[in-house]
Amino acid sequence: MAVTPTHKAGRRLGRATRRRAVEAVVRTLIYAAGLLSIVILAAIAIFLVVEARQSIGEIGLDKMLSGTQWFPTGTPKLFGFLPLIVGTLAVTGVAVVVFVPIGIGASVFISEFSAGWFKEGMKSVIEFMAAVPSVVYGFLGVAVVIPWVKATFSLTSGMTALTGGLVLGIMSLPTVISISEDALHAVPDALRQGSLALGNTRWQTVYKVVVPSASSGIFAGVMLGLGRAIGETMAVLMLTGNAAVMPTSVFESVRTMTGTIAAEMGEVVYGGQHYSVLFSVGLVLFAITFLINLAADLVLERQRKRWRR
Amino acid sequence: MKVVTGACVALVIGAAIFILGKIVISGLPGISLEFLFSKPGMGMRAGGIFPIIVGTLMLVTLTAVLVLPLGIMAGIYLAEYAPKNLVTRLVRLSIANMAGVPSIVYGLFGLAVFVLLMQFGKSLLASALTLTCLTLPVIITSTEEALRQVPSDLRQAALALGATRWRSIHKVVLPAAAPGIVTGSILGLSRAAGETAPILVTGAAFFLPKLPDSVSSQYMSLPYHLYVLATQVPNVPPEVTWGTAFVLVAGVSTVSMIAGAWRSVQRRKVKW
Repeated sequence: MAVTPTHKAGRRLGRATRRRAVEAVVRTLIYAAGLLSIVILAAIAIFLVVEARQSIGEIGLDKMLSGTQWFPTGTPKLFGFLPLIVGTLAVTGVAVVVFVPIGIGASVFISEFSAGWFKEGMKSVIEFMAAVPSVVYGFLGVAVVIPWVKATFSLTSGMTALTGGLVLGIMSLPTVISISEDALHAVPDALRQGSLALGNTRWQTVYKVVVPSASSGIFAGVMLGLGRAIGETMAVLMLTGNAAVMPTSVFESVRTMTGTIAAEMGEVVYGGQHYSVLFSVGLVLFAITFLINLAADLVLERQRKRWRR
Repeated sequence: MKVVTGACVALVIGAAIFILGKIVISGLPGISLEFLFSKPGMGMRAGGIFPIIVGTLMLVTLTAVLVLPLGIMAGIYLAEYAPKNLVTRLVRLSIANMAGVPSIVYGLFGLAVFVLLMQFGKSLLASALTLTCLTLPVIITSTEEALRQVPSDLRQAALALGATRWRSIHKVVLPAAAPGIVTGSILGLSRAAGETAPILVTGAAFFLPKLPDSVSSQYMSLPYHLYVLATQVPNVPPEVTWGTAFVLVAGVSTVSMIAGAWRSVQRRKVKW
């Protein structure tokens, strides 16, 4: 008779131990998964440097960054990044001119002047625009924007920095609008009511109170849109004509850093100098977007703290 | 000024309608059962896109198998386990930054690590691993958000009944957050399905008439195929190119719209 309780107690103990073991294993797995993002981000940086090392050693990062000519298959081979960097800046510059005013204007209207049903509807519109793959934007650009730019500005070719920038600006709109709208939405209503009570008009309230209060979030939205524009590959590859020369205006063909990697990686010898140079381009690209995203993230974090109570 | 900001919104809506309308009007006439279920012929200028659709589905499925366990566990870490310290702050910063790394840089990383270093070659597996890295931040963020919407009363009730921490998460919190996690995952994977640059350098084939037979074979994929048709092959009949674009956009956006709509319905239905 004394056997049963002991047996039961033993089993209970076994189950408790097992549960504790499961708990410990799960905990370890979850912590490991949690840290994975740090590992991957670090691995990306490390492998870019590792693969770029050969070109940095043979040519020198300063030589590449200051070189004005890109002839990867010429004799002598010239790997100057400046035409690519200027190309990226030209395309991104046009995109900024498109997405900053339209993006901020649209988010102000959605957040401040529209009814609930309209906000919901706009959410679907933005989601749709964000869901369309970049290669489709590129294809639409080839079919519609290239002929339009060619005809409107009477150019010999419609493949220009302007073409790429226009499409890129539209592609960045969902990012800019959703983040700016969140920032405007997070401004406490008390501020709006206070301003209206002081006799300000609706627009004065928006312009003098709401937008300045949300400015850091709007700034973060613009930065993230900028990061997206700089890092975008397919659309610019299809639209800018990819001439690796220093442009003198946005009506000329340019070649971006992303486009160069995508276009040339298929033709290089793996492990060779050209391969390594393309990783150096990737490293520069990674550094630029990393800084932009870091800035956006720090600003967003500050904003989150400000309105927490 | 309301007019000016309204004009901006009108421009955005106009752009969205134009994109949708153009693709539907130009793409729909090219769609037929034969187009969807036959192989491309005549140097991709005729025939259908069956191997391309299958390749895309295989790539996305493999990516899902790899990314979902990792992303959901990392989301659980952030919402349920993470202490408020420097490490957690670093994890959050890494996730935010991963989301901003250009997709072609993921391609470079995948090429160096999965294709060359690990010797998977240009393959479905190498591409899926690359897309796993790219999609991870999206899955983590949406999982964390879904878990945070579960009120802490539920957790405390489970713990008060004697459940261990993992048991309360596994049996109570996760089921309650499931709709949010599922829709977030679908949205993330549908974005991955449309990515071109990372698969361009890690395994997508220009032309490969047969279906991939293992995870180490190359494959054709819708976004890359659209790029090829639009820029690399001369004299492709427009209905083939537009039809491909239609299938890609219809697939990706239908899935995301349904997932998004279902999520907002769930949010309204469940009031904690």
